[in-house]
Amino acid sequence: MLYFSKLRIISVIVFTIIFSYFAFSNFVKFDDKFFSKNINLGLDLQGGSYLLLEIDNRPVITQKLQAKIIELKRYFKEKQITLKNFSLKGDTILFETTDNEIENVKNILNDKESDVNTYYPTYKSHEFDVLEDGNLFSLDYSRYGLVLLKNSSLDQAIEIVRRRVDEVGTNEPNILKRGNDRILVELPGLDDPNRIKSLLGKTANLTFQFISQNNEESFGTEKLSFEDGSRDAIVSKRIILSGDNLVDAKPTMNSQTNETVVSFSLDRVGAKKFGKATSTGVGKQLAIVLDGKIISAPSVREPIIGGSGQISGDFTFQSATDLALLLRSGALPAPLNIIEERTVGPDLGQDSIDAGILSLFIGFLLVILFMIYKYRAFGLIANLALVSNLFLLIGILTLFEATLTLPGIAGIILTVGMAVDANVLIFERIKEETKNEKNPIIAFDAGYTKSRTTILDANITTLIAAFILFFMGSGPVKGFSVTLGVGILTTLFSVYFIARLLTSLYVVKNKDKEQLL
Amino acid sequence: MREISFNKFYRKFNILSLVLIVISLIFLIFKGLNYGVDFKGGTLIELRTTDKTNNISLIRDSFNQMNLGDVSVKKFGNETDFIVKFEKQNSNDPEFIKNIQNKLSSSIGDVDFRRVENVGPKVSSELLKSGIIAISLSLAAMLLYIWIRFEWQFSLGAILAIFHDVIITLGIFSIFSLEINLSIVAAVLTIVGYSMNDTVVIFDRVRENLRKFSDIKIFELTNISINETLSRTIITSVTTLLALLSIYLFGGEILKGFSLAMILGVIFGTYSSIYIANPILVALNVSQRTIVKEEKD
Repeated sequence: MLYFSKLRIISVIVFTIIFSYFAFSNFVKFDDKFFSKNINLGLDLQGGSYLLLEIDNRPVITQKLQAKIIELKRYFKEKQITLKNFSLKGDTILFETTDNEIENVKNILNDKESDVNTYYPTYKSHEFDVLEDGNLFSLDYSRYGLVLLKNSSLDQAIEIVRRRVDEVGTNEPNILKRGNDRILVELPGLDDPNRIKSLLGKTANLTFQFISQNNEESFGTEKLSFEDGSRDAIVSKRIILSGDNLVDAKPTMNSQTNETVVSFSLDRVGAKKFGKATSTGVGKQLAIVLDGKIISAPSVREPIIGGSGQISGDFTFQSATDLALLLRSGALPAPLNIIEERTVGPDLGQDSIDAGILSLFIGFLLVILFMIYKYRAFGLIANLALVSNLFLLIGILTLFEATLTLPGIAGIILTVGMAVDANVLIFERIKEETKNEKNPIIAFDAGYTKSRTTILDANITTLIAAFILFFMGSGPVKGFSVTLGVGILTTLFSVYFIARLLTSLYVVKNKDKEQLL
Repeated sequence: MREISFNKFYRKFNILSLVLIVISLIFLIFKGLNYGVDFKGGTLIELRTTDKTNNISLIRDSFNQMNLGDVSVKKFGNETDFIVKFEKQNSNDPEFIKNIQNKLSSSIGDVDFRRVENVGPKVSSELLKSGIIAISLSLAAMLLYIWIRFEWQFSLGAILAIFHDVIITLGIFSIFSLEINLSIVAAVLTIVGYSMNDTVVIFDRVRENLRKFSDIKIFELTNISINETLSRTIITSVTTLLALLSIYLFGGEILKGFSLAMILGVIFGTYSSIYIANPILVALNVSQRTIVKEEKD
């Protein structure tokens, strides 16, 4: 175990230097990208916000079911099959048919080529599960139908979230899917997440609807309240125009009234619709509705045919900017709820870094002094291994641009404390072996060989804990598992290559001395 | 080195451990754990006041006026730093935190929110579930590993030692109402790894000695093995404790709970690999036949 070939010695040195180099690259600036890698600091160290959003898919499901009812009615009417008594009970579509059509309807709905109940060969499932009881049919979303629906609404939502976050212009946001109804948003360096939270919390469903002439609610109208909560208005349910037709929106100053407004421009289809509606509706009040609340309801004085317009409504410049941003980025398919938020201010992050480095330094010093006190020359060897272990660990984390968190720093310090274990096991074993063996080279060799399985066993157990933590843990805790796990690997390398190399050089040189260890 | 008769005290320390475990379990069952916002849901705010005359009761009063449910206020390191926790979490209202800050500023002067954590009930129950799964999974993985590497008597000893460490550590957290959060789960997992590590080192030696000596009874043999590995056990615990102590004292308030749990775990882990793991080998009457039979298979 003590013999090292020249080639081996050189490769150990080269390997150590390369990885240690990356540890230093954190502190030195280089122009070249490859050589100036930096360790990523977690949100708890650099400050920033972590938001977990959950899509509330209920409105989407209800909407889709209502659309499905209309589709079913139309489809079966074309086939001249009478269906009646359509209703929506919870998330179930119910309808009846005549007795002699039961088989026919059943076949259409369960057909693999069905036009109204799509079949997904990959999942071996229809979009809807069909149940019938006599002439009463009930349709429910199948498991996969629901999964597909959720996935598509998540895909849309994540796109909108990305646009909104990008528009605000924070540095390097991280936006990821979580499961099939969650979005994780990480915003490093963001001190005040309130603006982003309010932007993400809005669905931004914009519609233009006429205010009804009647003052009572009736079929085809709905009662909506104004944004400021001052009053209500009865509004026609017919949507003249929705936010989908918007191509641009920006905050501007209305030169006549001297107030801040949001100017928008429409696409061709939207401009046509808008022009038609406003020419027939001169004199009527047009309500501008955002997420079920009326922002303002100006009277139409003349037809608006140019495809552009303005939204007024007591805006400050900030609120007009935000509304314009929301309209530009488009509406979310469903409301998003923030179910978890963690924000760390930048000064706390810096304090954590300082405390982490201080405790690393002190812990390191204490361990080093203790090892020299215990083992003298061999303590020095173990310490050299420990130093290079630390460099290797930080170097590898840097090379792979791993994320360093506060618990991650704790993991490094813990590695420092536990890393000496392997060398201690070896040294203690050597001490035992020298009792019976006079030749130090043989004794040292036996010490290394006989302690090997124990060291592997001991490190594998910690590695198992680190692995499980990596897969189960989240955020900062994951950072801990990474440093702990990588720390074990670098420990084994530093013990079996660096410390062993130094030991062998030392023992061969001093083999005639009494009591080496 | 002079040999210490650890085996003389097997019985006494086993009784002590049993008492500690029973006390811990009583507290865990009847008092329960003090879950932080990670696992209970709610809001945590770490704040720094500019006015040095602010104290806990003043801050608590200001928060109590805001209808936020159960409020707890604690000092956090510095004179001017406090941790406030309350039940209500309303992260969907973007103004929620801002409003609190405004109200607070008007009643106790300028405050800086250094950290805000807001965890909904769904997320907290999921985090708790995955924490429990992670700990159970690691115990199962350890069991599997040691079962492959050793005979079942050894596995039983090692696993009981781990349970001993985890239960007593959590028991101490329950007795002193120390907060359980995500980093404590990480600490418990590391304790599991460390305790196992420590036990494995002694067990490796026991097994080696079992092969070497056929005429020494297990009662004596465990004592020999403990003594042979003793200096390693002490040195490693000392260096690990030095590192942990450094985190505890200088690593900042956030790591206090984590490092305390680890320190307790290392102390009990070291103790249990001597006084729980080995007596079990004695109780199961492990002999040379135990390992020779296994190896023939």
